[in-house]
Amino acid sequence: TLNKISSSKFDTPSKRDDFEDILEERRNSSDLRYALKCYTPVLYKGLTPCKVSELKQMVLQSDQLGYVITQVSKEKGMTTDEVTGDAAAILEEMAQRLQLSTVRFFAFTLSKVFKTLFRSICVNEEGLQRLQQAIHNHPVVLLPSHRSYMDFLLMSYILYTYDLALPVIAAGMDFMGMKVVGEMLRMSGAFFIRRSFGGDKLYWAVFSEYVKIMLKNGYAPVEFFLEGTRSRTAKSLTPKLGLLNIVMDPFLKGEVFDISLVPVSISYERTLEEALYARELLGVPKPKESTSGLFKARKILSEDYGSIHVYFGQPVSVRSLAESRVNRSQFNLIPRHIPTRPSEEILSFVNDSAYRLVRAQEENMVLKPWVLLAFVLLQKQAAEDKQGTALDEFTEQAVWLRDLSRHYGLSVLTRSAITPEEELLNQAVVILSCVSYRNQALNVFIRPALLASAIHTAASNRKQEIYNGFSFLRNMFSNEFILCPGATVQDFEEACYLLVKTGALQINQQEVLITERGHRTLAFLTSVLDPFLQGYQVVCRFLCEEDCLTEKQFIPAVRKFIIKHLLTGRLRYIEVLSSDLQKNALAALIRLGAVQKIKGYVGFTHLRVPCWFDRLSGYPTLTPMPFKSVVAHL
Amino acid sequence: MCHTFPALTSDRSSRICSLLYKHGSSMASNSSGSDSSDRQRIAQQRLSVIAGHLQRPVEGNSGILAAECKAQGDKLDVSSERRTVPRRRQEIMKWNGWGYSDSKFLYNKKGQAEFTGKRYRLSGMIIPGLREWMESTFGANLQHKTPAAPILNSSAVQPPTLNEAFLKELKSTGIPFSHDAEDRVFRSHGHCLHEIFALREGKIGRVPDLVVWPNCHNDVVKIVELACKHNVCLMPYGGGTSVSSALECPPEETRSIVSLDTSQMNRILWIDEKNLTAHVEAGIVGQDLERLLNESGYCTGHEPDSMEFSSLGGWVATRASGMKKNIYGNIEDLVVHIKMVTPQGVIEKSCQGPRMSTGPDVHHFIMGSEGTLGVVTEVTMKIRPMPEYQKYGSVVFPNFEMGVACLREVARQRCAPASIRLMDNEQFKFGHALKPQVSSIFTSFLDGLKKFYITKFKGFDPNRLCVATLLFEGDREKVLQHEKQVYDIAAKFGGLAAGEDNGQRGYMLTFVIAYLRDLGMDYYVIGESFETSVPWDRVLDICRNVKARIVRECKDKGVQFPPLSTCRVTQTYDAGACVYFYFAFNYRGLSDPVHVYEQVEHAAREEILANGGSLSHHHGVGKLRKEWMRETISSVGMGMLRSVKDYVDPNNIFGNRNLL
Repeated sequence: TLNKISSSKFDTPSKRDDFEDILEERRNSSDLRYALKCYTPVLYKGLTPCKVSELKQMVLQSDQLGYVITQVSKEKGMTTDEVTGDAAAILEEMAQRLQLSTVRFFAFTLSKVFKTLFRSICVNEEGLQRLQQAIHNHPVVLLPSHRSYMDFLLMSYILYTYDLALPVIAAGMDFMGMKVVGEMLRMSGAFFIRRSFGGDKLYWAVFSEYVKIMLKNGYAPVEFFLEGTRSRTAKSLTPKLGLLNIVMDPFLKGEVFDISLVPVSISYERTLEEALYARELLGVPKPKESTSGLFKARKILSEDYGSIHVYFGQPVSVRSLAESRVNRSQFNLIPRHIPTRPSEEILSFVNDSAYRLVRAQEENMVLKPWVLLAFVLLQKQAAEDKQGTALDEFTEQAVWLRDLSRHYGLSVLTRSAITPEEELLNQAVVILSCVSYRNQALNVFIRPALLASAIHTAASNRKQEIYNGFSFLRNMFSNEFILCPGATVQDFEEACYLLVKTGALQINQQEVLITERGHRTLAFLTSVLDPFLQGYQVVCRFLCEEDCLTEKQFIPAVRKFIIKHLLTGRLRYIEVLSSDLQKNALAALIRLGAVQKIKGYVGFTHLRVPCWFDRLSGYPTLTPMPFKSVVAHL
Repeated sequence: MCHTFPALTSDRSSRICSLLYKHGSSMASNSSGSDSSDRQRIAQQRLSVIAGHLQRPVEGNSGILAAECKAQGDKLDVSSERRTVPRRRQEIMKWNGWGYSDSKFLYNKKGQAEFTGKRYRLSGMIIPGLREWMESTFGANLQHKTPAAPILNSSAVQPPTLNEAFLKELKSTGIPFSHDAEDRVFRSHGHCLHEIFALREGKIGRVPDLVVWPNCHNDVVKIVELACKHNVCLMPYGGGTSVSSALECPPEETRSIVSLDTSQMNRILWIDEKNLTAHVEAGIVGQDLERLLNESGYCTGHEPDSMEFSSLGGWVATRASGMKKNIYGNIEDLVVHIKMVTPQGVIEKSCQGPRMSTGPDVHHFIMGSEGTLGVVTEVTMKIRPMPEYQKYGSVVFPNFEMGVACLREVARQRCAPASIRLMDNEQFKFGHALKPQVSSIFTSFLDGLKKFYITKFKGFDPNRLCVATLLFEGDREKVLQHEKQVYDIAAKFGGLAAGEDNGQRGYMLTFVIAYLRDLGMDYYVIGESFETSVPWDRVLDICRNVKARIVRECKDKGVQFPPLSTCRVTQTYDAGACVYFYFAFNYRGLSDPVHVYEQVEHAAREEILANGGSLSHHHGVGKLRKEWMRETISSVGMGMLRSVKDYVDPNNIFGNRNLL
């Protein structure tokens, strides 16, 4: 019902390209003919065509890998042949086997599936034209946002539809567990990487060389997810740098003239995994990927998942990112095939670039009106003293929530015969699903919200004081939101600009003043950040009460703690139950030095929390806020 | 260069060659069986080969050039009296372009390109393909001309700032000098694009206030003493072929600037056949040095592309490199002894030992000092008997990557010929466009056949193939053996032998290419070449990236036509290679083409440095590349050079402000 509300204003701001629905044609013409259509994509101009097997040979014979093989064989006392064998095995396990026939199979079946699941799949054709140009000129890296397993199938499907070069995709090893499907994914271009291989030099060398060779030769666009894993909260995850580092390396070392990075924003009205995510965040373990699981999940085919918007962003040239930022001559003095740890300069460059790219993804997301409604609902829900009444209003307004919950076998609003904890968790599932809608729009409000909270807690109107507060909050939440490192001043100015523009603030040299009509906006914005503030506060509180615990114990223990306080009504926001928020809070506290991980064993202590109290008192505006208010709530 | 025909024997191809050229390697190959002890004969051969490149007018200019050094009448001058460079350069050379006044490219009334004069092989010939190449490569058009100012307007030259006391004492020494406007303008520039462009527009900036022509070492000593005494700025001037803004007068210089022209110090003072060395005055230009040594049956083998005009002193001052360095070495390998006059006195070593362990080699303070420390006056150089036999050659590769791999292998096996150069596809096409009109149907038929063989039968893509040119020197036996070895290596990389004449024309073009820029400038096309040296594993990457950077920068800077962006590998070393980039574009529609040109060249140099290339292989730093010196040699390195300068020349008498 809600998505019938005309949403064009939110969907397509004028600066963006128009969307075309690719399912429309599928509904009107033969899927089989589509799957068997003539496919002749534009390729990289410098391409030397090669087969999958030749690609593997190139990797195994590369100087880079050769060096590491010699090193490893010396360290382990093995012959180089043995190590080469190991490398070949790793490569075998990893490598994709892109086949047009499999792609055609997927094109056919996915057409059927997509038509059932989705009302429309909208893509910006201008973006695809830009992509085609980019593929012709330079090696291309595709960087889609990651909200669902659908993402990479969807990407390949779209590229096939538009006769563009099919990508090779870095996928997690967990897919390989799905026997037939794993192999099919492999044949549609996926290559599999282990989730963690920290110390394994050989694995790293094979992996990075494999990616680089495919990229440099223009074999195919390389696709991976900057966020590393699916975001369970629909809020962008802080980017992982490993793969980005690898794909930038050929440019930094002069092996290619340039590389185009193409951020792709995939916005789902509903992800297939929606409720799974919420449960996962609440501590129900995620089901292992398996083929039978996939079959069980086929009931989702009877659901309506609305539409998908896929926006191919402006290609970003690595060369222009690096311009006057990176001194490439730092690679002049060591042979380029010897693996070296990237310098601080490079790391911070890659990090900043990653943030810029995730921001670019966020900016081109398409929001549905109910995403905004979710804000209101959540805040309303939290503001009510008695949770019951809040939920009743809730259900009235959002019929769709019930359908959603039913799908997961939860009886959302029946209160009888369940314990208060169960009831709370059931409620929380709904809330977190709702949160994941709201979160999609969070990036739009985050900077103004930080400013609003800073103003709210500041003791005076002095601009400097408010800036200090802003900076503190921004720093605090930099694990939670995509806030480009070192851009505090720009963010502050942006937030000021936006609030002044909407008439909420007046700002002069010294002071920041709230206008008459600004109160409402500011109240809204302050409450945008409230659940997060409260979440972080409660994590602090929890850590103060605990002595020492291992990292593994942390989530269950903090969850228990929070449930206790929610039930006694001392905490307002049910969404603080989200383990994502709890982990981010912990990471932030570690980063800020308030909590310390002790090396040698898995565990941490918060011995230094008191010091952090002291440091906080250096922020006059904020000292009263985090702790006094925690106390007040508890 | 496109006509390639491996099936032909060298005899037949040299016959074709002799149809095309007045002098050719055919002479060398025909006479190769003769008695090698006949030195005079070989000298004749050798002369004819060199004359092939450099043929100078028979009448000569010896009348004007009587070289005399009153102070050194007793010194033995073993060489004859004919010299190329007169005191008044304007008598034979262009004032606003490259080389001899009588030699230039132009479009005749029929719209065909021709090269005038009599000095070069190409002289007097029609080059039918050039016009189309220029039109298609640059979008140039014969209707759109940008003619140069025809004559030097002396009134545009600012009057000289003369130091009267210096002048008075200088007069008393009897050393010739002049403050004539033409003389001064001639010595105010090298051959950078911006320098020539300004001259063509009749724009003249700061020029030297006085030109002096010392005749010998002692004259230089006197001049330097007077300059120190009267605080006059001295700028040594050799052949004037600098491409690093080294000869530009620093605009901030307020003292009187005296250009010290070494061109009249041009004698070979002695030849030592026991040690195979020659003691030569540093002002001698390359072609004279070779010609005079050849008369005695020797050569230095140092042949930079500028050897017609560049001087020995200039080579030393810039660390020059010659095309045949694989046999003879670069200037630092050739020099045995240097005498230089500095404000602190004369620096020279006490003996001529072939190698010394006496601390850092002071020669290395001198070589590459670019005129900032003093004037090189006399040099003892290694000489070699002239080679018995010379043979050109060429190889066509399917693509540039294969070509580079072949050169790398040749370097690995240390069997590089006297010269080996690899041109990329664009240069290959350019060379093709410069083929003179074929003189018979038979030749054009052969050309067609060769082209067919390479592209159709062998399957080479005409838009990817590239060519290496070769020059072998030495005993006939060894040359042939060597040749086989190199061709065998080339074959492993898909290379096909493509005949002697292709190779020879490649080297000939080296000498005329500088003239070609003047033609381009008549039709809105500006360009230049620049070089670097780079480790082997970086060669392909640097070539690709720098060429692409040039194209991108041109586009970004609003150049309306696609530029010519091309490169060649011109020297091989154990650990790397020297790479030359050529870059030119049509500047119609740009308001400040020189500025655009400079921005693009600057970006290209940044790209070179980012890709592991050096700041310069042999052109030097001058003022053009100064800004990158610190990052190139580190702050400590700069301090070392600075402290040498501070000691040797505390008052900055040699104030050209190059290098540091």
